[in-house]
Amino acid sequence: MSMTEDTATPKRPSGFWSYANPVKFLGLSERVLPALWGLAALSLIVGLIWGFFFTPDDFRQGSTVKIIYLHVPSAMMAINAWVMMLVASLIWLIRRHHVSALAAKAAAPVGVVMTLIALCTGAIWGQPMWGDWWAWDPRLTSFLILFLFYLGYIALWEAIEDPDTAADLTSVLCLVGSVFAVLSRYAVNFWNQGLHQGASLSLDKEENVADVFYFPLLVCIAGFVLLFLALVLYRTGTEIRLRRTRALQAREARL
Amino acid sequence: MPDLGKYADAVLSAYGVSILLLVLLVALSLRQGKRARRALQDVEKRSKPNA
Repeated sequence: MSMTEDTATPKRPSGFWSYANPVKFLGLSERVLPALWGLAALSLIVGLIWGFFFTPDDFRQGSTVKIIYLHVPSAMMAINAWVMMLVASLIWLIRRHHVSALAAKAAAPVGVVMTLIALCTGAIWGQPMWGDWWAWDPRLTSFLILFLFYLGYIALWEAIEDPDTAADLTSVLCLVGSVFAVLSRYAVNFWNQGLHQGASLSLDKEENVADVFYFPLLVCIAGFVLLFLALVLYRTGTEIRLRRTRALQAREARL
Repeated sequence: MPDLGKYADAVLSAYGVSILLLVLLVALSLRQGKRARRALQDVEKRSKPNA
């Protein structure tokens, strides 16, 4: 029986989907990582030095306003990391690309650290401003639940031996946790109560952060985004290598 | 060093905790990455003569 060329050789994915191939993904990450690490370090150093040393005190909050350069970018990344994990989990569930499942797994520890920074800096900022380290405010509470979801997500990956089953179950957990990622962002708007203020950076609002704080904050946000990208690319590479090592070890054991 | 006034403890501890957590995250990620790279190289080296 003769086969046509189309049926004999499966069509290779092109464009974005070609990076589902682990070798191609590793090649890309090796090329872009040096630039990403460099840009992340540069923007974080410039943004934090600018914000810490060269911005004035706020007329109401005094020098505590300097905490904004850590609190806002880390809180943004805590939510965005979960959104990235959600997209990667959906790609795994729909298209079964292993790299996307590993990328979601790689992003979780980065997200949990971002959430922890947001919670810690929020508590440290809240104490002198609100008179308390913690309040069961809608945004704070949904952030705490998001933090617990991150821990549960990481624990679930570690608890299940079969990687495909682990990827399936963690993807479902990620879908459920997305409710709290959304709530962390919009709880202030949904429930008009609590201590936490609304968005500080909305471009459509008249009351916004003053320019003198705004520009260094943008540099810090860029730094956190770049650091997140660098860490996720690097850690996904690590996960791919660990998976390959386990596969080779299993083959060795069979021989 | 800017004059942080009565909130110096709050500002400095916020920066201290955050920078410490970020440095730990990067350092642990790099260490895990190096270990994974070395482990893969070892297994590939071992499996090559069998191929």
